[in-house]
Amino acid sequence: MTGLPLLSLAIWIPILGGMLVLATGSDRNAPLARVLSLAVAIAGFAVTIPLFVLFDNTTSAMQFSEFAPWVPRFNINYHLGVDGISMLFVVLNAFITVMVVAAGWQVIQDKVAQYMAAFLIMSGLMNGIFSALDGVLFYVFFEASLIPLYIIIGIWGGANRVYAAIKFFLYTLAGSLLMLVALLYLFMESGGSFSILEWHRLPLGMTPQTLVFWAFLLAFAVKVPMWPVHTWLPDAHVEAPTGGSIVLAAIGLKLGAYGFLRFSLPIVPDAAHAMAPLIIVLSLIAVVYIGFVALVQTDMKKLVAYSSIAHMGFVTLGFFMFNSLGIEGALVQMISHGFVSGAMFFCIGVLYDRMHSRNISDYGGVVRTMPKFAAFFMLFAMANAGLPGTSGFVGEFMVVLGAVQFNFWVAFLAATTLILGAAYTLWMYKRVVFGKVANDHVAQLDDVNRREFAILAVFALCVLAMGVYPFPFTEVMHASVDELLRHVAVSKL
Amino acid sequence: MDMKALYLLVPLAPLAGAILAGLFGKAIGRAGAHVATIAGVAIAFIASLVIFFDVQAGNSFDGTIYTWMEAGGIHFEIGFLIDPLTVMMMLVVTFVSLMVHIYTIGYMQDDPGYQRFFSYISLFTFSMLMLVMSNNFLQLFFGWEAVGLVSYLLIGFWHDRPTAIYANMKAFLVNRVGDFGFLLGIGLVAAYTGTLHYGEVFAVASELVGVEMAVTGWNLITAICVLLFIGAMGKSAQVPLHVWLPDSMEGPTPISALIHAATMVTAGIFMVARMSPLFELSDAALSFVLVIGATTALFMGFLGIVQNDIKRVVAYSTLSQLGYMTVALGVSAYSAGVFHLMTHAFFKALLFLGAGSVIIGMHHDQDMRNMGGLRKYMPITWITSLLGSLALIGFPFFSGFYSKDSIIEAVFAAELWGAGYAMVCVLLGVFVTAFYSFRMYFLVFHGEERFGKAHHGHDAHHDDAHHDDDHHHGLAPGQKPHESPWVVTVPLILLAIPSVLVGFFTIEPMLFGEFFGSAIHVADNHVGLSKLAADFTGPVGMAIHGLQTAPFWLAAAGVGTAWFFYMKRPDIPAAIQRRFSAIHTLLENKYYFDRFNEIVFAGGSRALGTGFWKIGDRGVIDGLIVNGSARVVGWVAQLSRLFQSGHLYQYAFAMIIGLFIMLSFWFNLG
Repeated sequence: MTGLPLLSLAIWIPILGGMLVLATGSDRNAPLARVLSLAVAIAGFAVTIPLFVLFDNTTSAMQFSEFAPWVPRFNINYHLGVDGISMLFVVLNAFITVMVVAAGWQVIQDKVAQYMAAFLIMSGLMNGIFSALDGVLFYVFFEASLIPLYIIIGIWGGANRVYAAIKFFLYTLAGSLLMLVALLYLFMESGGSFSILEWHRLPLGMTPQTLVFWAFLLAFAVKVPMWPVHTWLPDAHVEAPTGGSIVLAAIGLKLGAYGFLRFSLPIVPDAAHAMAPLIIVLSLIAVVYIGFVALVQTDMKKLVAYSSIAHMGFVTLGFFMFNSLGIEGALVQMISHGFVSGAMFFCIGVLYDRMHSRNISDYGGVVRTMPKFAAFFMLFAMANAGLPGTSGFVGEFMVVLGAVQFNFWVAFLAATTLILGAAYTLWMYKRVVFGKVANDHVAQLDDVNRREFAILAVFALCVLAMGVYPFPFTEVMHASVDELLRHVAVSKL
Repeated sequence: MDMKALYLLVPLAPLAGAILAGLFGKAIGRAGAHVATIAGVAIAFIASLVIFFDVQAGNSFDGTIYTWMEAGGIHFEIGFLIDPLTVMMMLVVTFVSLMVHIYTIGYMQDDPGYQRFFSYISLFTFSMLMLVMSNNFLQLFFGWEAVGLVSYLLIGFWHDRPTAIYANMKAFLVNRVGDFGFLLGIGLVAAYTGTLHYGEVFAVASELVGVEMAVTGWNLITAICVLLFIGAMGKSAQVPLHVWLPDSMEGPTPISALIHAATMVTAGIFMVARMSPLFELSDAALSFVLVIGATTALFMGFLGIVQNDIKRVVAYSTLSQLGYMTVALGVSAYSAGVFHLMTHAFFKALLFLGAGSVIIGMHHDQDMRNMGGLRKYMPITWITSLLGSLALIGFPFFSGFYSKDSIIEAVFAAELWGAGYAMVCVLLGVFVTAFYSFRMYFLVFHGEERFGKAHHGHDAHHDDAHHDDDHHHGLAPGQKPHESPWVVTVPLILLAIPSVLVGFFTIEPMLFGEFFGSAIHVADNHVGLSKLAADFTGPVGMAIHGLQTAPFWLAAAGVGTAWFFYMKRPDIPAAIQRRFSAIHTLLENKYYFDRFNEIVFAGGSRALGTGFWKIGDRGVIDGLIVNGSARVVGWVAQLSRLFQSGHLYQYAFAMIIGLFIMLSFWFNLG
């Protein structure tokens, strides 16, 4: 391993770089702001590559750890580290940041420096979430990451952006307040430690476990989002600018799911087992109910937002079956969803930039004027529908296999996504892309430019690579997931 | 050359062609696209031939190409199983694909999507080869869905036709219903055997007998087989998942021949034959297969009688023949099913390409009521279509005779539940097949010349009604049909040869010899083809014997009736139609399957979605809870305003209470 504090670099390069971008000031310096942002994003991504390359698959211990006292009086430490569960998300997040900077390149003309800086800072904060091993550090990053997204939606969003931004903010803040109580409780119970890894070993009775579980559940369920606390997501997506939607879907939704694995399962395993039926039912509702809801959406972004909820239902389902296919499948699904939903929202953004409409009914026959775009969009639509050969298949397949081991009826309901996912995705694709050219606006569309082509091509490569050869992705997870399962199987009572 | 490299070459050569034509179509041009893809498929065909002789020499292969993933203790791998069953499928796929590639040069010559089309059909060939060459369930599912994807792309090839893009979505979704079952079946296999490798699964299959599933309490092996077969029902268009296949005729004719007749739709048949060690363990599943297949064989045949679109007649005939293959699987005559799959691939591809040639000659008019007497103008198409039709109806010595007769004999011999019903269906089906086949033949090639009449009727179910401007159609008054160019007729001739001969030369090794070896397994308690084998006296003897059996006379009666109705007394069909208008309406509406699906499944889903969204999300969650809590907050704020009175004594009082509560909390804790 290198001597460099890679995780700190992954966190602080984007944050400090973002501040530097802010310093470029007004839109007169927009070109400089863009170039600088791209450089920062690429540097931030570059430092995460060694995390993947040098990662030791054989151990479940935390790697690339960093430790420094922060507030010694309360035993709060600047403690970072990643394992097979969190490492991929740091890399994914840094990668997505490069993509959103590129995605906003020409599209954002207003307050460019501020826009780019918000994304860079958010990226650093999210890396902090995935690598924090101290409860307070985690909480600070977790809450702070809300602010940039709130600003992004509130300033660069659509017509109804203020409602959406406030709904998003209050929903998620309300969820996470109880988490703070739970963190403080754990601090006291553990005799004054905020170390998440120590909490994993902390014995707890059933009642406190249940209460802590609920506190975490509220915080994480809102973020995922799980049914029935999901209604902020479609609104937030619809109003967010393209870049905001990409980050929200690709990374934002993963924060809550990650929380389940880092906190709920290992800290309160008995409560997690006891509550598993509830979570599984909620997950299945997310898959089936939300699948039907997605079918009837008339707004493309809402449709993809709902499909995200359904896909995240697979994630929470995978976690709470407590078998390795389920958990690894859920993790794979999270990574894949980062690529696929990011690409889907980018595609919708490409259309929106040209037509200023997200209504499916305003489109039709796009393939006539944008054949290259249509080909990419087809690939991502198929990935969204879980076609084998794309990344979208891998996670769903693993979770369904895990579900068959767990309970046939659970698998039966989960597998309906095969039909529902294809139905809502392809029906939208048919109405938007196929058919006769719907109107003059569609007739005058320009196909993707080089920048858009490059972004789509990179996403396409990721989706295909992970679909054809997921081996390297699952390989890094085994040790950590196995250890987690062993840990969760032992009662703390 | 290393055999493994040769195996790899078979799927990868078409893939390379597909990538070249698809991504660099503009750069390499039209000729470049068809040269590249045809070269790819030709290489695959030649390599398959070499592998065939290698397998004939007794070699086989079962190995991994690469490890796709490892999780939950299961190795997910991409690998090949090369045995007689595989190599037969490889030959059929690559040969028919090669013919279709060549044919496409003529059929699509004016189409702006020329390169795209070649890219798709090569991609299809790759996917289909990966499917048949797989040695595990994962790759099988990969190929399974990939051929579905290409089928989707090709049915919707003319993507500005509303009917085409409706049909392709329908095809994909109906197939997904099948895949839903298929995936669960694969999941059960993985859950109970811990592997997805065929060989390893088959090795422990006998231990699954009698196992009851957790939670549901079902018989495990039956559940696995039925679920896998549901996948086959989608792909091989068995009732009630057949509804997508007739609509798939919206695609260009070459792919109707390749995908929706010869290869992809037979994937389900192939899969069940491949899984024979599993299906042999469950009589219940076999009965299910048998009944579904028999129903498809007969009732889809009926629908062929009332069609006027030349392609739709062939499509319903495909459905019916797929039913025959399924029946063969049901009575454990797997090799007969696969044998019929092979002969059918040749003669049905021939019939489709012949129909396509007619369509070219008719300037893209597909309505048989506008044809007639074409034999004069299109002699090669006429003769080859006649040969194909004779093979289809099972005329002795033709390939279809050997395969279909074997199936019928196997049904006679079977003792399975449902065999009686299947017997009736397959026998009646012979008459029906002969009738609609020769109805088509007479309407198209014989009789009065009805083309070139001004304003031939474009009625509701006429396919080209939505044709774009650049697809010209119909002959102008006075215009005559013409024979198609050599790129079209040569594939017809090359397909006609095996359509006539392949049965005669291969029945002995394939059905009664050692050709399949251990690739197909039949349990000792199942009759399968053993009775047939005892009676078999060679292909000549079988054909001569065939002249004296019921199927032959039924077929002859079908041909005779068609001749009488459509050549001699064209008024009779109209009279029957009037007399039995209720039945005719039922057939015209395809037993109302489409209407039912449209209302119950499509409409029901939309209604459910709207209900969940408007009532669940908007009404209850957002309306009551989220915005409701916002109102509660407002209400509490109103209330708490009362406390912020500005009077110091009230604040002090509140502070004391708060302090008291906090102290008691801490003391209790300590």
